[in-house]
Amino acid sequence: MSTTPAQPILPDEEKSILDFFAKLGERTKVVFAKPNRIKINVTRENLVEVTKFVRDELKFDHCTNVTGTDFPKDKQLEITYHFGSIGGTGLRRIILAVACRVPSTDPLLPSIIDLYPSVNYHERETAEMIGCVFQGHPNLSRLLLPEDWTDIPPMLKAYRLPGRLEEG
Amino acid sequence: MSMGVGSAFSTEKISEDKMSISVGPQHPGAGHFRFTVTIDGDTIVDCVPDPGYVHRGAEKQTEYRSFLQSIPMLERSSLTDVTNIIMPFSMAAEELMGIQIPPRAQYLRMIMSENQRILSHLYWLGIQGIFLGHSTVFMWPLGDRELFIDLGQMIGGARITYSYAIPGGVRNDMPDDFKDRALKVFDYFEARLKDYEKIFFNNPLVLKRTQDVGVLPRAEAIKLGVVGQTLRASGVKSDTRIDEPYNFYKDLNFEVPTYESCDTWARCMVHLVEMRQSMDIMRQCLEKLPQGPVRVKLSPQQRAQAGEAYARVEASRGALSFHIISEGSTKPYRVKISVPSFRNLIALPRLLIGSHVADMPAIYWSLDYWPVEADR
Repeated sequence: MSTTPAQPILPDEEKSILDFFAKLGERTKVVFAKPNRIKINVTRENLVEVTKFVRDELKFDHCTNVTGTDFPKDKQLEITYHFGSIGGTGLRRIILAVACRVPSTDPLLPSIIDLYPSVNYHERETAEMIGCVFQGHPNLSRLLLPEDWTDIPPMLKAYRLPGRLEEG
Repeated sequence: MSMGVGSAFSTEKISEDKMSISVGPQHPGAGHFRFTVTIDGDTIVDCVPDPGYVHRGAEKQTEYRSFLQSIPMLERSSLTDVTNIIMPFSMAAEELMGIQIPPRAQYLRMIMSENQRILSHLYWLGIQGIFLGHSTVFMWPLGDRELFIDLGQMIGGARITYSYAIPGGVRNDMPDDFKDRALKVFDYFEARLKDYEKIFFNNPLVLKRTQDVGVLPRAEAIKLGVVGQTLRASGVKSDTRIDEPYNFYKDLNFEVPTYESCDTWARCMVHLVEMRQSMDIMRQCLEKLPQGPVRVKLSPQQRAQAGEAYARVEASRGALSFHIISEGSTKPYRVKISVPSFRNLIALPRLLIGSHVADMPAIYWSLDYWPVEADR
């Protein structure tokens, strides 16, 4: 996915975050690392454990965004958490993305609401928009969609906007 | 009809001493937004927000349009803040297209963005005035707002939606007489802000209705991930313009206002100070504005490289970011918008529970919650 140059010059904070993930071994895989932006992949089995490290060791204290993306070619959904930091020194400019891919046929992953209360509405929105289930979330009821919505989750690529013939 | 996430759509007695009240979505102040509060006597004991009344699938619609075509549609999510909502989209698109925009365009973006901040804050102030029963402060800001609408029109050519910060730079240059006109408006408005302070921000009635009302402590503000005035009023000196400077904000001189009282009054004061500051930033920009082109010419069907970009700016209501995933076509593969109103919504139940019913409007509007922006 990434088009980052092979070896970008990274500031020290980014380097130390990468060193930390290197220590975690195979539990994480760095997708890209450029100044101010780092993205790592984790499996759903390791999601909670890794986000706990992200909060406690790396000092990323809040979630800024959650993106749910459908990749029908891979038959997978990707849920990307973006974390920001207020308390960590020199980290405010950095957004750390933690992505987790789940099979479209079994879209279950653990909720991280116990670690990050700020993901509450983000997870609810992602769940209804791409149809994944955050296990352990106390309330995954409808948030933005109409109550009488009976179609498939609208952010899936299989959902076509009515009246639009072009490929989305 | 299903009862949805809250409880009743009307007032309902739910036990001997508790009653559930539905606020909105037709409430003149709430906007197209509804929340249910449960009250015990005069005290709110529960609050369930129910957004989504103006959800129009903006994210889905971007997948059917080229980057440029999405601009007019996206800015309609936030009509008081149009430049700031499309700027991060353009910044992320430019990153994916691998283009650098000219310095003059970046300065013009800053000028428009700060003008927008004043427009948004004045609108907020007018509504906060009427929510506190102060009808003069409903009319004055909305009248003064016209001056800044005119300034925006001088550059953008329209009153509200200019589609100004497009991928590649800005849509057009500013006219030569803009600077003189703007400086006159700033001088007038600086004096006017003193009047606002006298009649509203230091008004004993306003102080009584806002101080120690809706207190959000610093640690909780960080934990809940709130942004903008809500975060800064809780004593956190965080502003994307400082944290991750974009355009030329790093070359300018300005302070981020914070307050330690964490209450509704603090959230009001942050708005006031920011208006003054925005004028100061615009003055500095007009002083430093370099000559040169304002736009890189792009094809309307410009192709982006495959990859992803995450761009953020400090919009009028707080940090606003776009996450764009591209597969190398002329349209984005996935666009996710993280808006300040949506992020601040989590603070509403936290602040309302335990408050008095009469304080509800003041607390609600101090979060500057804009339903259309939150629902996208």
